[in-house]
Amino acid sequence: MFGYYVQLGLRSLRRNPVLTLLMVLVIAVGVAASMTSYAVFRVTSGDPIPEKSSQLFIAQIDNYGPEGSDGDPLPWLTWRDATALVNAHKAKRQTPLYPIAVSIVPDDPNTMASPARGYAVQADMFPMFDVPFLFGAPWSAADDAGSARVVVIGKNLNDRMFGGANSVGREIDLEGTRFRIVGVTDRWDSRPRFFDLDTRQKGFGDLGEIYMPFARAIADGREPSGGNVCNRPSKPGWDNFVHSECIFVSFWAELPDAASATAYRQFLHDYSAEQTRSGRFSWAPNVRLRNVMEWLDFRKVVPAEARMSVLVSAAFLVICLVNVIGLLLAKFMRRAPEIAIRRALGASRGAIYAQFLLEAASVGLAGGLLGVILTALGTLCIGAVFDPAIANLVHMSLPLLSLTVLVALASTLVAAFYPTWRASRVQPAWQLKAS
Amino acid sequence: MPPFRPILAALRYHKSGALLIALQVALTLAVVCNALFVIEHRLQRLSRDTGVAESELMVVNNKWVAPAAELPARQAADVAMLRALPGVADAYATNAFPLMGGAWQSGVRLDPTSQHYVSEGASIYFVDDHALNTLGVKVTEGRNFRSDEIGALVPNGSPDTPSIIITRALARRAFPDGHALGKAFYIGNRDARPSTIVGIVEHVQTPQTDSSDDIYWNDSIFVPMRLTGSGAFFVIRAQPGRLPALLHNVPDALKALSTRRVIPAPHGVLAFSEVRDMAYRSDRGLAWMLAGICVTLLVVTAAGIVGLTSFWVGQRRRQIGIRRALGATRRDILVYFLTENGLISLAGGLAGVVLAFALNAWMMKAFETSRLSLLYVGGGMLILLLLGQLAVLSPARRASRVPPVEATRTI
Repeated sequence: MFGYYVQLGLRSLRRNPVLTLLMVLVIAVGVAASMTSYAVFRVTSGDPIPEKSSQLFIAQIDNYGPEGSDGDPLPWLTWRDATALVNAHKAKRQTPLYPIAVSIVPDDPNTMASPARGYAVQADMFPMFDVPFLFGAPWSAADDAGSARVVVIGKNLNDRMFGGANSVGREIDLEGTRFRIVGVTDRWDSRPRFFDLDTRQKGFGDLGEIYMPFARAIADGREPSGGNVCNRPSKPGWDNFVHSECIFVSFWAELPDAASATAYRQFLHDYSAEQTRSGRFSWAPNVRLRNVMEWLDFRKVVPAEARMSVLVSAAFLVICLVNVIGLLLAKFMRRAPEIAIRRALGASRGAIYAQFLLEAASVGLAGGLLGVILTALGTLCIGAVFDPAIANLVHMSLPLLSLTVLVALASTLVAAFYPTWRASRVQPAWQLKAS
Repeated sequence: MPPFRPILAALRYHKSGALLIALQVALTLAVVCNALFVIEHRLQRLSRDTGVAESELMVVNNKWVAPAAELPARQAADVAMLRALPGVADAYATNAFPLMGGAWQSGVRLDPTSQHYVSEGASIYFVDDHALNTLGVKVTEGRNFRSDEIGALVPNGSPDTPSIIITRALARRAFPDGHALGKAFYIGNRDARPSTIVGIVEHVQTPQTDSSDDIYWNDSIFVPMRLTGSGAFFVIRAQPGRLPALLHNVPDALKALSTRRVIPAPHGVLAFSEVRDMAYRSDRGLAWMLAGICVTLLVVTAAGIVGLTSFWVGQRRRQIGIRRALGATRRDILVYFLTENGLISLAGGLAGVVLAFALNAWMMKAFETSRLSLLYVGGGMLILLLLGQLAVLSPARRASRVPPVEATRTI
């Protein structure tokens, strides 16, 4: 029976090729537009560290009061607060963090120095964020305490500088000071880079590839290369900046379960209350503890363009489906006499259903296949709308391909439901009499 | 006068088809209006004038590798070399330039103790006396900075200098009576010193490109201070026609002077046209994408109308034949189908207006867009009505050619 319905369907589709082609095109275009924007949305709204995103938290403490922030505290902390949280050791692991920009000076005086983005962190950061190591290991807690001149570098930097060889133990010249390399991280493609959102590309693109002890960076007066806010006056000079109410440090904590997160939230609240008691703050504690996904949401990492294009293309797909409903209705009802004859000869309503749904499915499948080609073209054009840093992450993949076909098939079947129902309701006697 | 009554009566026999067309028209109208509105807003953004001599400007992102004490001398040497370079009209070192994508922003107050800011996000350009000439900006009131006025911005210093130059827009915001020259306001924190406005320039856009900063897009303050940190941008104005050559010569000359520096690649050396391109990439991209979707949507809707109407014509050949036999002219049949479509599209369009405003209300919340103007909805409706008439024309013509003899045939 199945084979017969397929045959019937194909014959019917061939009978009005223009109408069929139109339906296939409409489905293909609608699905391709939706899938392309969905692919971008997926990339930008994805979980960068799925195994741990619910255990990693960033702390926010309002140090400016109602005057300096509207509701939510600003996204960074003062050096003073970050240091206090680190010293309290209330979390399983914790690290202060701020982005830095370094200049790597080559041994050859005739070549220009090269820039690298990096992070001032503590050793806990590496196991916390599951940073994979190619060679060596993180520096020690003693290195943190002694603000040692050590660095961990990324694979790309290691490839550029040492041709990919094991560079552990070798030295690197940063602005005239030599640092010892203790580890080389492997490729680490988690995007968006949730702890480095203060770049033009908001956590995408080429990000930091060198890590140094937080205390060393502070001691060397390395300026933050992300954002900073100074809502209170402070005296000139780096030391005054560090010890002022200027905020530029993130504080990340690893809290393995809900209970420890609740306890930490309470700890932040108590810490802030203590600042109020000591006279530093003149407002009720205003603190936040956000996990990775909450943080990405708060910082609006998904570009407005991505959200808007998903919305518009979803609406587009719906309109295409309404269109397909109309076209299928026209197509099916034109064959009312044929349905009537089949019904009169004993075909059940179920048989009519099967026949027409199958016909619709073949249209959906064709639309899906054409949609795959259009989606592939669409992914190539993403660079025209979105930042290349994001566009480069979106490409045709097997899951995207299957999803495209599946969505095309499913949406066509949904669209076919009403026309098929109408077809199955054709009254044999009435139609036969009319003809 | 088209025969409305019989049309409406006949519509009752193909409710579902008519409803589907109306629904499609409604949804299309809602999406197209809002999309056009967004497109217009984005195009408006990217056609804003920066106020500087864009076609002759280039920017170099430079970072010196040197002890802090040597940085001012390094900067002075570089700037002097650049100004003397053949093809360079003028140059200066600064922290930021228009459309750079975010830089130092500060609140501005008339009263240093008040909570009220006249601008909450004015942008600070640290410059010397060559900046306005380099940018090609004229002082329309007051004067340019004198060379002896240029101070130094120490690390963690603040921009509250005694004399500043501001844009007309900021002047108006701070002093609505129009007399800003010679007056003072306070930049930054509570302990700020007063800054006297010594000059007003017509218009210079800020570095901010984020749409959340759009209200401050021309609140710029020029502060006469040299940077003393390790990084700076060189803004260079080429003599007419010399920009392409300078894009190569400038980095080479800087490298020849000293290799103890970093000029990042890519984006370390940019012609201003590239700066503009990068700043508005997503605006332009979104506008193109939405325009593409709108056009496709209109085509799809038109195709749907053609498809369904053709079906109706096929279904009603006999009835058309009877009407023709009873004396209806070809024109009557044509008008019948055009009117039928007009009525359906109008009903759909009216529903679409409601939908368009509903969608807009939601977008205002989700994307902070502004309220949809009625012009777009009216225009969109007109476009869709016309489109419907055009789409229905060919099947209606075919209907009008149905011969009266059709009435006598059984199928």
